[in-house]
Amino acid sequence: MSQTTTFEQPKTGTWDGGNEPFKASYGKLMMWFFLLSDAFTFGAFLTTYGLARHRHRSFEEAQALLPEAQRLQEFEFSTQWWPIPEKVFNAFPGFHGVDWPLAFVALMTMILILSSVTMVLAVEAGHRMDKKDVQKWLLWTILFGSMFLGCQAWEWTHFIAGDETGMTLADGSKIYGANLIVNQYGPPLFADLFFFITGFHGTHVLSGVVLLILIFINTVNGVYHRRGHYEMVEKVGLYWHFVDLVWVFVFTFFYLV
Amino acid sequence: MASHSHHNEFEHTGEIPKPQTKIIWKTFVILCVVTAIEFAFAFMMDAGTLRNTIFILLTIVKAFYIVAEFMHLKHEVKGLIWSILIPSVLLIWLLVALLVEGTFYGESVFNYFQ
Repeated sequence: MSQTTTFEQPKTGTWDGGNEPFKASYGKLMMWFFLLSDAFTFGAFLTTYGLARHRHRSFEEAQALLPEAQRLQEFEFSTQWWPIPEKVFNAFPGFHGVDWPLAFVALMTMILILSSVTMVLAVEAGHRMDKKDVQKWLLWTILFGSMFLGCQAWEWTHFIAGDETGMTLADGSKIYGANLIVNQYGPPLFADLFFFITGFHGTHVLSGVVLLILIFINTVNGVYHRRGHYEMVEKVGLYWHFVDLVWVFVFTFFYLV
Repeated sequence: MASHSHHNEFEHTGEIPKPQTKIIWKTFVILCVVTAIEFAFAFMMDAGTLRNTIFILLTIVKAFYIVAEFMHLKHEVKGLIWSILIPSVLLIWLLVALLVEGTFYGESVFNYFQ
Protein backbone atom coordinates (compact mmCIF):
# COMPACT_ATOMS: atom_id res chain seq x y z
CA MET A 1 0.00 0.00 0.00
CA SER A 2 1.32 3.40 -0.91
CA GLN A 3 0.27 5.28 2.18
CA THR A 4 1.67 8.54 3.44
CA THR A 5 2.97 8.62 6.99
CA THR A 6 0.19 9.00 9.53
CA PHE A 7 1.08 11.08 12.53
CA GLU A 8 -1.96 10.17 14.51
CA GLN A 9 -3.55 6.80 14.98
CA PRO A 10 -7.09 6.93 13.49
CA LYS A 11 -9.86 6.48 15.98
CA THR A 12 -11.45 3.11 15.57
CA GLY A 13 -14.20 3.14 18.21
CA THR A 14 -17.78 2.49 17.10
CA TRP A 15 -18.85 6.09 17.76
CA ASP A 16 -15.58 7.62 16.51
CA GLY A 17 -16.24 6.71 12.91
CA GLY A 18 -14.56 3.35 13.16
CA ASN A 19 -17.75 1.50 12.35
CA GLU A 20 -18.66 1.05 8.70
CA PRO A 21 -22.30 -0.09 8.71
CA PHE A 22 -22.72 -0.13 4.91
CA LYS A 23 -19.35 -1.81 4.24
CA ALA A 24 -18.84 0.64 1.38
CA SER A 25 -16.44 3.53 1.03
CA TYR A 26 -17.51 7.16 1.35
CA GLY A 27 -17.04 7.77 -2.37
CA LYS A 28 -19.18 4.83 -3.39
CA LEU A 29 -21.97 5.74 -0.98
CA MET A 30 -22.02 9.30 -2.26
CA MET A 31 -22.16 8.04 -5.84
CA TRP A 32 -25.19 5.96 -4.89
CA PHE A 33 -26.95 8.92 -3.32
CA PHE A 34 -26.09 11.16 -6.25
CA LEU A 35 -27.58 8.58 -8.61
CA LEU A 36 -30.69 8.42 -6.43
CA SER A 37 -31.16 12.19 -6.78
CA ASP A 38 -30.54 11.91 -10.51
CA ALA A 39 -33.22 9.23 -10.68
CA PHE A 40 -35.66 11.80 -9.27
CA THR A 41 -34.73 14.25 -12.05
CA PHE A 42 -35.35 11.69 -14.75
CA GLY A 43 -38.46 10.47 -12.93
CA ALA A 44 -39.81 14.03 -13.03
CA PHE A 45 -39.01 14.30 -16.75
CA LEU A 46 -40.79 11.08 -17.61
CA THR A 47 -43.75 11.97 -15.38
CA THR A 48 -44.02 15.28 -17.25
CA TYR A 49 -44.02 13.33 -20.49
CA GLY A 50 -46.87 11.18 -19.20
CA LEU A 51 -48.82 14.27 -18.12
CA ALA A 52 -48.36 16.02 -21.50
CA ARG A 53 -49.28 12.88 -23.35
CA HIS A 54 -52.48 12.43 -21.38
CA ARG A 55 -53.48 16.03 -22.07
CA HIS A 56 -53.48 15.25 -25.79
CA ARG A 57 -55.75 12.86 -27.64
CA SER A 58 -54.37 9.72 -29.18
CA PHE A 59 -55.00 9.11 -32.89
CA GLU A 60 -57.88 6.72 -32.21
CA GLU A 61 -59.51 9.03 -29.67
CA ALA A 62 -59.31 11.97 -32.08
CA GLN A 63 -60.84 9.88 -34.91
CA ALA A 64 -63.68 8.67 -32.72
CA LEU A 65 -64.76 12.29 -32.17
CA LEU A 66 -65.03 13.00 -35.91
CA PRO A 67 -68.10 12.19 -38.01
CA GLU A 68 -67.79 8.84 -39.80
CA ALA A 69 -67.08 10.34 -43.25
CA GLN A 70 -64.17 12.49 -42.10
CA ARG A 71 -62.27 9.77 -40.28
CA LEU A 72 -58.79 8.85 -41.44
CA GLN A 73 -58.05 5.23 -42.19
CA GLU A 74 -54.27 5.53 -42.00
CA PHE A 75 -52.25 7.32 -39.35
CA GLU A 76 -51.15 10.83 -40.28
CA PHE A 77 -49.10 13.39 -38.40
CA SER A 78 -51.21 16.20 -36.98
CA THR A 79 -50.97 18.72 -34.16
CA GLN A 80 -54.47 17.52 -33.18
CA TRP A 81 -53.22 14.23 -31.71
CA TRP A 82 -50.12 12.73 -30.11
CA PRO A 83 -47.94 10.88 -32.65
CA ILE A 84 -47.40 7.11 -32.57
CA PRO A 85 -43.66 6.65 -31.83
CA GLU A 86 -43.30 3.81 -34.36
CA LYS A 87 -44.34 6.25 -37.11
CA VAL A 88 -41.93 8.97 -35.99
CA PHE A 89 -38.82 6.88 -35.37
CA ASN A 90 -38.77 4.61 -38.42
CA ALA A 91 -35.70 5.82 -40.31
CA PHE A 92 -32.32 4.09 -40.52
CA PRO A 93 -29.07 5.66 -41.76
CA GLY A 94 -28.35 4.70 -45.36
CA PHE A 95 -31.91 3.46 -45.97
CA HIS A 96 -33.70 6.60 -47.01
CA GLY A 97 -37.46 6.34 -47.29
CA VAL A 98 -37.60 2.77 -45.95
CA ASP A 99 -40.04 2.20 -43.11
CA TRP A 100 -38.18 0.34 -40.37
CA PRO A 101 -40.09 1.18 -37.20
CA LEU A 102 -37.89 1.41 -34.09
CA ALA A 103 -35.00 -0.45 -35.76
CA PHE A 104 -32.46 2.29 -35.14
CA VAL A 105 -33.48 2.76 -31.52
CA ALA A 106 -33.17 -1.02 -31.06
CA LEU A 107 -29.59 -0.79 -32.31
CA MET A 108 -28.89 2.08 -29.89
CA THR A 109 -30.34 0.04 -27.01
CA MET A 110 -28.13 -2.91 -27.89
CA ILE A 111 -25.03 -0.70 -28.06
CA LEU A 112 -25.74 0.76 -24.63
CA ILE A 113 -26.44 -2.63 -23.03
CA LEU A 114 -23.19 -3.96 -24.54
CA SER A 115 -21.29 -0.97 -23.14
CA SER A 116 -22.73 -1.79 -19.72
CA VAL A 117 -21.42 -5.34 -20.04
CA THR A 118 -17.90 -4.22 -20.99
CA MET A 119 -18.01 -1.75 -18.08
CA VAL A 120 -18.87 -4.46 -15.57
CA LEU A 121 -16.07 -6.59 -17.08
CA ALA A 122 -13.65 -3.69 -16.45
CA VAL A 123 -14.82 -3.50 -12.82
CA GLU A 124 -14.37 -7.26 -12.48
CA ALA A 125 -10.84 -7.02 -13.91
CA GLY A 126 -10.14 -4.23 -11.39
CA HIS A 127 -11.04 -6.56 -8.52
CA ARG A 128 -8.37 -8.97 -9.79
CA MET A 129 -5.83 -6.10 -10.13
CA ASP A 130 -5.54 -7.03 -13.81
CA LYS A 131 -4.37 -3.76 -15.34
CA LYS A 132 -4.33 -5.06 -18.92
CA ASP A 133 -7.90 -6.31 -18.79
CA VAL A 134 -9.12 -3.08 -17.17
CA GLN A 135 -7.57 -1.12 -20.03
CA LYS A 136 -9.06 -3.41 -22.66
CA TRP A 137 -12.61 -3.30 -21.29
CA LEU A 138 -12.48 0.44 -20.59
CA LEU A 139 -11.52 1.03 -24.23
CA TRP A 140 -14.46 -1.09 -25.41
CA THR A 141 -16.79 0.87 -23.13
CA ILE A 142 -15.49 4.19 -24.46
CA LEU A 143 -16.00 2.89 -28.01
CA PHE A 144 -19.59 1.77 -27.41
CA GLY A 145 -20.40 4.96 -25.49
CA SER A 146 -19.10 7.10 -28.35
CA MET A 147 -21.04 4.97 -30.83
CA PHE A 148 -24.21 5.60 -28.87
CA LEU A 149 -23.55 9.36 -28.91
CA GLY A 150 -22.97 9.22 -32.66
CA CYS A 151 -26.28 7.38 -33.13
CA GLN A 152 -28.05 9.98 -31.04
CA ALA A 153 -26.51 12.79 -33.09
CA TRP A 154 -27.88 11.13 -36.22
CA GLU A 155 -31.29 10.63 -34.59
CA TRP A 156 -31.46 14.30 -33.58
CA THR A 157 -30.33 15.50 -37.02
CA HIS A 158 -33.02 13.40 -38.67
CA PHE A 159 -35.67 14.53 -36.20
CA ILE A 160 -34.77 18.21 -36.66
CA ALA A 161 -34.50 18.05 -40.46
CA GLY A 162 -37.60 15.90 -40.96
CA ASP A 163 -38.49 14.14 -44.22
CA GLU A 164 -40.00 15.35 -47.47
CA THR A 165 -43.61 14.46 -46.50
CA GLY A 166 -43.68 17.19 -43.86
CA MET A 167 -46.96 18.40 -42.43
CA THR A 168 -49.51 20.58 -44.20
CA LEU A 169 -50.89 23.32 -41.98
CA ALA A 170 -54.44 24.69 -42.12
CA ASP A 171 -53.34 27.65 -44.28
CA GLY A 172 -51.77 25.33 -46.85
CA SER A 173 -48.14 26.01 -45.90
CA LYS A 174 -45.89 23.07 -45.07
CA ILE A 175 -43.47 22.49 -42.22
CA TYR A 176 -40.57 20.06 -42.22
CA GLY A 177 -38.87 18.59 -39.21
CA ALA A 178 -39.10 19.81 -35.66
CA ASN A 179 -37.72 22.40 -33.32
CA LEU A 180 -38.90 23.80 -29.98
CA ILE A 181 -41.75 25.77 -31.62
CA VAL A 182 -43.00 23.79 -34.62
CA ASN A 183 -43.09 20.04 -35.07
CA GLN A 184 -43.81 18.03 -38.18
CA TYR A 185 -44.70 14.95 -36.18
CA GLY A 186 -47.38 16.32 -33.87
CA PRO A 187 -47.92 18.77 -31.03
CA PRO A 188 -44.85 20.99 -30.33
CA LEU A 189 -44.71 19.56 -26.81
CA PHE A 190 -43.77 16.17 -28.24
CA ALA A 191 -40.63 17.62 -29.83
CA ASP A 192 -39.85 19.70 -26.72
CA LEU A 193 -39.96 16.63 -24.49
CA PHE A 194 -37.96 14.60 -27.00
CA PHE A 195 -35.19 17.22 -26.93
CA PHE A 196 -35.24 17.61 -23.16
CA ILE A 197 -35.39 13.94 -22.18
CA THR A 198 -33.05 12.40 -24.77
CA GLY A 199 -30.83 15.50 -24.58
CA PHE A 200 -30.51 15.25 -20.81
CA HIS A 201 -29.74 11.55 -21.13
CA GLY A 202 -27.24 12.22 -23.94
CA THR A 203 -25.48 14.80 -21.75
CA HIS A 204 -25.15 12.10 -19.11
CA VAL A 205 -23.64 9.70 -21.65
CA LEU A 206 -21.22 12.42 -22.78
CA SER A 207 -20.11 13.09 -19.17
CA GLY A 208 -19.76 9.33 -18.72
CA VAL A 209 -17.47 9.04 -21.75
CA VAL A 210 -15.34 11.93 -20.46
CA LEU A 211 -15.05 10.21 -17.04
CA LEU A 212 -14.18 6.92 -18.75
CA ILE A 213 -11.40 8.57 -20.75
CA LEU A 214 -10.03 10.11 -17.55
CA ILE A 215 -9.95 6.82 -15.66
CA PHE A 216 -8.50 5.09 -18.74
CA ILE A 217 -5.57 7.53 -18.72
CA ASN A 218 -5.13 6.98 -14.98
CA THR A 219 -5.20 3.20 -15.44
CA VAL A 220 -2.58 3.34 -18.20
CA ASN A 221 -0.40 5.52 -15.96
CA GLY A 222 -0.74 2.93 -13.20
CA VAL A 223 -2.37 5.34 -10.72
CA TYR A 224 -4.85 2.76 -9.45
CA HIS A 225 -2.31 -0.04 -9.38
CA ARG A 226 -0.09 2.01 -7.07
CA ARG A 227 -3.14 2.94 -4.98
CA GLY A 228 -3.75 -0.77 -4.45
CA HIS A 229 -7.36 -0.84 -5.68
CA TYR A 230 -9.46 0.06 -8.69
CA GLU A 231 -12.34 1.60 -6.75
CA MET A 232 -12.50 4.62 -9.08
CA VAL A 233 -13.39 2.27 -11.94
CA GLU A 234 -16.18 0.88 -9.75
CA LYS A 235 -17.55 4.36 -9.03
CA VAL A 236 -17.54 5.43 -12.68
CA GLY A 237 -19.04 2.01 -13.43
CA LEU A 238 -21.97 2.76 -11.12
CA TYR A 239 -22.56 6.00 -12.99
CA TRP A 240 -22.33 4.27 -16.36
CA HIS A 241 -24.83 1.56 -15.41
CA PHE A 242 -27.19 4.24 -14.16
CA VAL A 243 -27.07 5.91 -17.58
CA ASP A 244 -27.98 2.54 -19.10
CA LEU A 245 -30.78 2.15 -16.55
CA VAL A 246 -32.23 5.56 -17.48
CA TRP A 247 -32.15 4.58 -21.15
CA VAL A 248 -34.17 1.45 -20.37
CA PHE A 249 -36.92 3.68 -18.95
CA VAL A 250 -36.65 6.34 -21.69
CA PHE A 251 -36.86 3.56 -24.27
CA THR A 252 -40.05 2.14 -22.73
CA PHE A 253 -41.88 5.41 -22.09
CA PHE A 254 -40.77 7.35 -25.14
CA TYR A 255 -40.51 4.73 -27.86
CA LEU A 256 -42.65 1.77 -26.86
CA VAL A 257 -45.69 2.97 -24.87
CA MET B 1 -18.10 -5.01 -2.83
CA ALA B 2 -17.93 -5.85 0.79
CA SER B 3 -14.40 -4.57 1.34
CA HIS B 4 -11.20 -3.75 -0.43
CA SER B 5 -8.86 -5.35 2.03
CA HIS B 6 -8.85 -8.74 0.34
CA HIS B 7 -8.00 -7.31 -3.08
CA ASN B 8 -4.46 -6.83 -2.03
CA GLU B 9 -3.98 -10.54 -1.52
CA PHE B 10 -3.39 -10.93 -5.25
CA GLU B 11 -0.80 -8.21 -5.23
CA HIS B 12 1.50 -10.08 -2.90
CA THR B 13 1.42 -13.31 -4.83
CA GLY B 14 1.84 -11.43 -8.12
CA GLU B 15 -0.55 -13.78 -9.90
CA ILE B 16 -3.69 -12.60 -11.62
CA PRO B 17 -6.63 -14.92 -11.01
CA LYS B 18 -8.88 -16.12 -13.83
CA PRO B 19 -11.84 -13.86 -14.64
CA GLN B 20 -15.25 -14.84 -13.26
CA THR B 21 -17.61 -13.58 -15.93
CA LYS B 22 -20.32 -16.23 -16.15
CA ILE B 23 -22.93 -14.21 -14.21
CA ILE B 24 -22.16 -11.07 -16.27
CA TRP B 25 -22.85 -12.76 -19.60
CA LYS B 26 -25.91 -14.46 -18.16
CA THR B 27 -27.30 -11.04 -17.16
CA PHE B 28 -26.49 -9.73 -20.62
CA VAL B 29 -28.45 -12.55 -22.27
CA ILE B 30 -31.42 -11.92 -19.96
CA LEU B 31 -31.42 -8.19 -20.83
CA CYS B 32 -31.29 -8.97 -24.57
CA VAL B 33 -34.09 -11.53 -24.37
CA VAL B 34 -36.36 -9.17 -22.38
CA THR B 35 -35.72 -6.39 -24.94
CA ALA B 36 -36.57 -8.80 -27.76
CA ILE B 37 -39.82 -9.73 -25.99
CA GLU B 38 -40.65 -6.02 -25.69
CA PHE B 39 -40.20 -5.63 -29.44
CA ALA B 40 -42.36 -8.67 -30.11
CA PHE B 41 -45.16 -7.10 -28.06
CA ALA B 42 -44.66 -3.72 -29.76
CA PHE B 43 -45.36 -5.20 -33.19
CA MET B 44 -47.70 -8.11 -32.49
CA MET B 45 -50.11 -6.50 -30.03
CA ASP B 46 -52.38 -3.49 -30.39
CA ALA B 47 -51.69 -0.49 -28.19
CA GLY B 48 -53.65 -0.35 -24.98
CA THR B 49 -53.52 -0.45 -21.21
CA LEU B 50 -52.68 -4.17 -21.17
CA ARG B 51 -49.72 -3.72 -23.52
CA ASN B 52 -48.46 -0.73 -21.54
CA THR B 53 -48.69 -2.77 -18.33
CA ILE B 54 -46.63 -5.54 -19.95
CA PHE B 55 -44.04 -2.98 -21.08
CA ILE B 56 -43.75 -1.45 -17.61
CA LEU B 57 -43.43 -4.87 -15.94
CA LEU B 58 -40.70 -5.94 -18.40
CA THR B 59 -38.92 -2.61 -17.83
CA ILE B 60 -38.91 -3.26 -14.09
CA VAL B 61 -37.43 -6.73 -14.76
CA LYS B 62 -34.63 -5.13 -16.79
CA ALA B 63 -34.09 -2.43 -14.15
CA PHE B 64 -33.81 -5.15 -11.50
CA TYR B 65 -31.07 -7.00 -13.37
CA ILE B 66 -29.10 -3.81 -14.10
CA VAL B 67 -29.26 -2.55 -10.52
CA ALA B 68 -28.88 -5.91 -8.79
CA GLU B 69 -26.13 -7.49 -10.91
CA PHE B 70 -24.36 -4.76 -12.89
CA MET B 71 -24.48 -2.18 -10.10
CA HIS B 72 -23.93 -4.98 -7.61
CA LEU B 73 -26.63 -3.72 -5.24
CA LYS B 74 -27.91 -7.27 -4.59
CA HIS B 75 -24.58 -8.13 -2.98
CA GLU B 76 -24.38 -5.04 -0.77
CA VAL B 77 -25.33 -4.77 2.89
CA LYS B 78 -29.10 -4.73 3.60
CA GLY B 79 -28.95 -1.20 5.01
CA LEU B 80 -27.50 0.14 1.76
CA ILE B 81 -30.09 -1.69 -0.34
CA TRP B 82 -32.95 -0.18 1.68
CA SER B 83 -31.50 3.33 1.74
CA ILE B 84 -31.56 3.28 -2.08
CA LEU B 85 -34.90 1.53 -2.53
CA ILE B 86 -37.03 3.31 0.08
CA PRO B 87 -36.47 6.87 -1.28
CA SER B 88 -37.29 5.57 -4.78
CA VAL B 89 -40.79 4.87 -3.47
CA LEU B 90 -41.29 8.67 -3.51
CA LEU B 91 -41.40 8.41 -7.32
CA ILE B 92 -44.31 5.98 -7.08
CA TRP B 93 -46.00 8.41 -4.72
CA LEU B 94 -45.53 11.18 -7.32
CA LEU B 95 -47.13 8.98 -9.97
CA VAL B 96 -50.09 8.09 -7.74
CA ALA B 97 -50.55 11.73 -6.74
CA LEU B 98 -50.58 12.82 -10.37
CA LEU B 99 -53.02 10.07 -11.32
CA VAL B 100 -55.42 11.43 -8.68
CA GLU B 101 -54.79 15.17 -8.95
CA GLY B 102 -53.26 15.26 -12.42
CA THR B 103 -56.30 16.56 -14.29
CA PHE B 104 -56.57 19.67 -12.08
CA TYR B 105 -52.82 20.23 -12.17
CA GLY B 106 -52.68 19.75 -15.94
CA GLU B 107 -55.56 22.21 -16.47
CA SER B 108 -53.87 24.89 -14.37
CA VAL B 109 -50.51 24.54 -16.12
CA PHE B 110 -51.96 24.41 -19.62
CA ASN B 111 -54.33 27.35 -18.99
CA TYR B 112 -51.43 29.38 -17.64
CA PHE B 113 -49.54 29.00 -20.93
CA GLN B 114 -52.54 29.74 -23.14
